[in-house]
Amino acid sequence: MKLIVAIIRPDRLNEVLEALYRTEVRGLTVSRVLGHGGETEHVETYRGTTVKMELQEKVRLEIGVSEPFVTVTINAILGSARTGEVGDGKIFVLDVAQVFRIRTGERNEAAVTPALAALA
Amino acid sequence: MTTLPLLALQTAAPPPAIVPADTAWMLTSTALVLLMTPALAFFYGGLVRNKNSLNTMMMSFVALGVVGVTWAVAAYSLAFSDGGPFLGSLTNFGLNGVGLEAKGTIPHVLFMAYQATFAIITAALISGAVVERMRFGPYVAFIALWTLFVYAPVAHWVWGGGWLMTRGALDFAGGPVVHINAGVSALVAALVLGSRKDYGRTAVLPHNVPFVLLGAGLLWFGWFGFNGGSALAANELAGLAFTNTFLAPAATLVVWTLLDYFRTGKATAVGGATGIVVGLVAITPAAGFVSPASALILGAVAALPSYFVISLRSRTRIDDSLDVFAGHGIGGLTGALLTGVLAQKVWNSAGNDGLLFGNPHQLAIQALACLSAAVYAGIMTFVILKVLGLVMALRAVPRIEGVGMDVSQHGEEAYASGEGSILVPPEAALVPEPLPAFTPQVASR
Repeated sequence: MKLIVAIIRPDRLNEVLEALYRTEVRGLTVSRVLGHGGETEHVETYRGTTVKMELQEKVRLEIGVSEPFVTVTINAILGSARTGEVGDGKIFVLDVAQVFRIRTGERNEAAVTPALAALA
Repeated sequence: MTTLPLLALQTAAPPPAIVPADTAWMLTSTALVLLMTPALAFFYGGLVRNKNSLNTMMMSFVALGVVGVTWAVAAYSLAFSDGGPFLGSLTNFGLNGVGLEAKGTIPHVLFMAYQATFAIITAALISGAVVERMRFGPYVAFIALWTLFVYAPVAHWVWGGGWLMTRGALDFAGGPVVHINAGVSALVAALVLGSRKDYGRTAVLPHNVPFVLLGAGLLWFGWFGFNGGSALAANELAGLAFTNTFLAPAATLVVWTLLDYFRTGKATAVGGATGIVVGLVAITPAAGFVSPASALILGAVAALPSYFVISLRSRTRIDDSLDVFAGHGIGGLTGALLTGVLAQKVWNSAGNDGLLFGNPHQLAIQALACLSAAVYAGIMTFVILKVLGLVMALRAVPRIEGVGMDVSQHGEEAYASGEGSILVPPEAALVPEPLPAFTPQVASR
């Protein structure tokens, strides 16, 4: 099991979600975050007050996956989040000690396998 | 200098003379109609996504300046000065000859200002079809050219003594001139620009529904000046148009809400706001020609075509993003045609009887007015946009569209938190020692 944490551009979120959906990766957490990845800051002006926006809006995805899904998930994000310009983001892959599904108490692999029975 | 025309008026006893009551009402109406453009900004601004909300609102606000100036300099003259059947002349170019003399029973300058507010909102209406993708510069150029080459001629045809006016087309406050004109132009603009990159792929939802309701409410308020003021006097006719402007949208709101309820099981706020605007659009050409009972019927009937065109449109690839065509084009068409059905001479002797009152010919004239405005607006909008497209890119590249039009076009955000921003000192730093406020500092998080 791995926890995949991806920091991406907010305007690529729809594309990334589509790509993940196509690779049948279900179950993820999305948060809006502020960050800086070395890109040039954009400048905003409010009636004489000029500011450089040092921190950019980013989106953080957290996806718990079983081993067979690690590579496809990473490829889906790499393919869909890239614009080719500085500031596209990062993907971190973390080892996970244990996972529990709260509803059933299932552990580890079973806990990150989509509960298809529940959908039917 | 200013007393001269007044003295002339006092000595010249026979009309035209300025009536103070009429002038007072038209002063009020002009302010009411001007408010409709900021109201439209809220209506449209609430319907788009957060990242495009300022740009969408600016598309309405900028018309106050650009169209206002275009109107005063040239478009007013093209629309309302004596000329041929298709276009006025340049007699009043640069407001030449637009003075304190009476135009009807109000000062000529006031008439010009009142008509300016119509030109402004009509151009701003089109923006709803191109939001979230059209670049700001080309948009500004477009509405200026559109006012000159589309709005002014069509206004001349119907109101300025042109060929449709002489044929007896009835358009009280702007069915063909304002709503069909803007609605068809919007549809063509949406087709020329192409759809937003996310259109049809992801849900694009309104970011602020309270703004939509605020906008619809303020539009209704301003519309009393739009229709009531189109009597150009404080008289019975203004009272009729005013009352019809209250009744018709009320009926549309009821029917729209019922349609919503029976189709989705819920009465929606965005639907209600849209219903109000469609009712206002539909009563606009009819306001001073039909009875209050007819206004109720007209408002109720007008909900149906627009409602179903919106449902159909959203299933197509045509990204008329805020349904300007369905709301204004179809709503205006319904209202203008029903004017030819429900109009009664007993309510307005300057009008005519419609189909239901023994004059089927009126419906044919109304149809001709609608068709000619639609065809002309469609062709001219296509030509203007294609010509502009030769000299500048009309729309933002997909990446900029993704980032949003607020930051890319205006360098501002609607809901900036200031987190992570660094103050930039003014470049002309003639003060030797920088003040503490100008030294870079990270805003507290």
